Amino acid sequence: MKAVRWSIPLAIFIILVAFLYVGLWRDPREVPSPLIGKPAPSFALTQLQQPSQTLTNSDLKGKVWLLNVWASWCVSCREEHPLLMRLAASKVVPIYGLDYKDDPGAGKAWLAQNGDPYTASIVDRDGRVGIDYGVYGVPETFVVDKQGVIRYKQIGPLSLEALQQKILPLVRELDK
Amino acid sequence: MIPELGHFALILALLVALVQASVPLTGAALDAPRLMSVARPAARAQALLVALAFGCLAWAFVSNDFSVQNVATNSNSELPLHYRFAATWGSHEGSLLLWTLMLGGWSFAVTLFSRNLPPPLLARVISIMGLISVGFLLFLLLTSSPFERLVPPAAEGRDLNPLLQDPGMVFHPPLLYMGYVGFSVAFSFAIAALLGGRLDATWARWSRPWTTVAWSFLTIGIALGSGWAYYTLGWGGWWFWDPVENASFMPWLTGTALIHSLAVTEKRGAFKSWTVLLAIVAFSLSLVGTFLVRSGVLTSVHAFATDPARGVFILAFLAIVIGGSLALFAWRAANVGLGGNFSVVSRESMLLANNILLAVAMASVLLGTLYPLFLDALNLGKISVGPPYFDAVFYPLMAPAVFLMGVGPIARWRQAPLPELLTRLKWALGVGAISALILPFVLGRWSPLIAFGLFLAAWVFAATVASLLARVKSSHRGSILSALRANSLSYYGMLLAHLGVGVFIAGVTLVKGYEVERDVRLDVGESVAVGRYEFKFLGVKPGPGPNYRALTGAVEVRKDGRLIETLKPEKRIYNASGQPMTIAAIDTGFLGDLYVSLGEPVDGNADNIAGAWGVRVYIKPFVDWIWMGAFLMALGGLLAVSDRRYRLAIGRRAAAVAAATPAAAAAD
Repeated sequence: MKAVRWSIPLAIFIILVAFLYVGLWRDPREVPSPLIGKPAPSFALTQLQQPSQTLTNSDLKGKVWLLNVWASWCVSCREEHPLLMRLAASKVVPIYGLDYKDDPGAGKAWLAQNGDPYTASIVDRDGRVGIDYGVYGVPETFVVDKQGVIRYKQIGPLSLEALQQKILPLVRELDK
Repeated sequence: MIPELGHFALILALLVALVQASVPLTGAALDAPRLMSVARPAARAQALLVALAFGCLAWAFVSNDFSVQNVATNSNSELPLHYRFAATWGSHEGSLLLWTLMLGGWSFAVTLFSRNLPPPLLARVISIMGLISVGFLLFLLLTSSPFERLVPPAAEGRDLNPLLQDPGMVFHPPLLYMGYVGFSVAFSFAIAALLGGRLDATWARWSRPWTTVAWSFLTIGIALGSGWAYYTLGWGGWWFWDPVENASFMPWLTGTALIHSLAVTEKRGAFKSWTVLLAIVAFSLSLVGTFLVRSGVLTSVHAFATDPARGVFILAFLAIVIGGSLALFAWRAANVGLGGNFSVVSRESMLLANNILLAVAMASVLLGTLYPLFLDALNLGKISVGPPYFDAVFYPLMAPAVFLMGVGPIARWRQAPLPELLTRLKWALGVGAISALILPFVLGRWSPLIAFGLFLAAWVFAATVASLLARVKSSHRGSILSALRANSLSYYGMLLAHLGVGVFIAGVTLVKGYEVERDVRLDVGESVAVGRYEFKFLGVKPGPGPNYRALTGAVEVRKDGRLIETLKPEKRIYNASGQPMTIAAIDTGFLGDLYVSLGEPVDGNADNIAGAWGVRVYIKPFVDWIWMGAFLMALGGLLAVSDRRYRLAIGRRAAAVAAATPAAAAAD
């Protein structure tokens, strides 16, 4: 019984090592979005290219779509832009753009210069919709399923790897 | 050629360390003096070889040898000389080499100051330190060699992280590591004593100075890191409960407990097994800290490149060293016993309470630091534990410890009658209470927290003075001067360190209670009034630096309408990396700091010199007392160590002390 008491520090340490070992294989920087598995927040915003029309999230029910948050002032958006263009050309999934806290004129000019991968872009001038979507770094990309539920979120620019390994398989699965 | 020489020196160091770790230990077990005598030369040779390797790496940095991967990644030819040198420990590999160098240095020091140690004890201590060296050298050579060549060599280096291009970088890591690694000596003494089965007052006396010196370095190292964060991060914070800060703070808390526990073990032969456990835990936490920083299991501002392979290696090493020590403890400590009786109110009981509070505080910091990891490992989600947790847990634990700090030095060993304590401390209590009631009004605003903080600070000052007065009064010497001289240096060291705690508490209380922080948008020529001060923004001017471009702002500071100074905060863009850095301009004063730093240009265009800027204007009353307090604590530690009794023929004196009568001990 006495020996047990003296072994307590050792026992605590062994538990600690077990946790540290498990922790080693996880990435503390990977923060899951609380929005995943939740219905995409609703919006009704004017379209960038056709300001007379509005787009609402209920218009998109019944299909799988991507929401890409971008802005003309965003530097890393340029990084992912070629990928978006290729994705749009492949017509695998429609991409909707959320022009976040941007001047519509500047946004249009930017698309004219770099190419427009978006089925439609909507203008979120004051960033209200962005806040609903928990945007904290532009660009961000959401995958929304047929029922309007967010299934995946990419923070920061898309990479070929993320596209091939996560987003496209997920889109294919959801399209079934 | 030089990098290969360094690499070769490391390999040799590993071989010597293997000898150092095995031969003297075997000698001690077999009682073979010739094997034991290998300890000193082996430890010295190992230390010199590591120093050679370190010198080679430093040379590669100083001479801009970009054919070495580590140099190419972490330095740049434009970097000023002192930062090129400091860049030696600016990377994962380099900082591990520094760690190993410190360990070698401490081993070398043990071989020098060990003339009075019985040979078997010295042999064991040196072997255990050698064992730790083996682990770190293996780690360096197998997973993190700083001497990897880059083929073809880079034309230019990628530069040292701008945050590290600061005088703080030159001093903070070496001093912190001195402390961290210094606990290896106390650890080795503890393990050696467990192995040899001889745990007594003599052992405590030998361990004490080593522990205190390591603790002093750790204190200064942590304080420097905190000061560095204060002026380079640009928003005036000085402690963030960041996992890596906690990693250095946990050994400090344990080390503080250890210092006090060792005092009891030395003077009264009590707390033996507890002291041994603390010695093991203090160094174990240093190792765990190294693991946390190097493996990337936690997010932190200090994150280096993270790599699970390295993590697995350190974890295995931790498991062997710490697991082995704790197993040895479980096996042997039961026979050591607690030793020594004391009553509920006595100096022992207070030191015990202090120890428990410090240990619980350490455990709560450990829990808070690792809690996100625990939850994640159990798939319960990702969370982060921030200052609210630490503040809520830490302060309530420290407050009683600080209170006891006032009583402890006055209480007698074995038994201290309460009425007597009360008589001696009643006016200290009075000073504390009056300060708590009145001082906040003088300073501007009374709140319970400020009052409580000031009570504690004043209590520490007054009780420390009371302890000194009691000593003078009870001494039977003629003059006050000779009575003062009769006290030992270690006693004065203790008083100074305790005063340091008081200064620290006063600083924390006052800066938390009265700081003013204003984040404002200022046009050129516009002013903002903060308290009695007025800050006028004169705009920014571009200018070159040695390896960066700077925008230097000018802010005129007026107090009651009179110009007292122009502060020049800077925004820098480093040439090599393009990284921005904010350098705050601080007017440091005994009574507080004026702190100005540049935010961002309001229109987002830093080239628009006439534009408005976001400017942070902070008034930080008494903030420097925080670091002053820490330096006083460290100074107290060093003063205590310079006590001549540690330099006397230790064995003889220790035997006398072990047999000392309670009366003699009480008079000490």
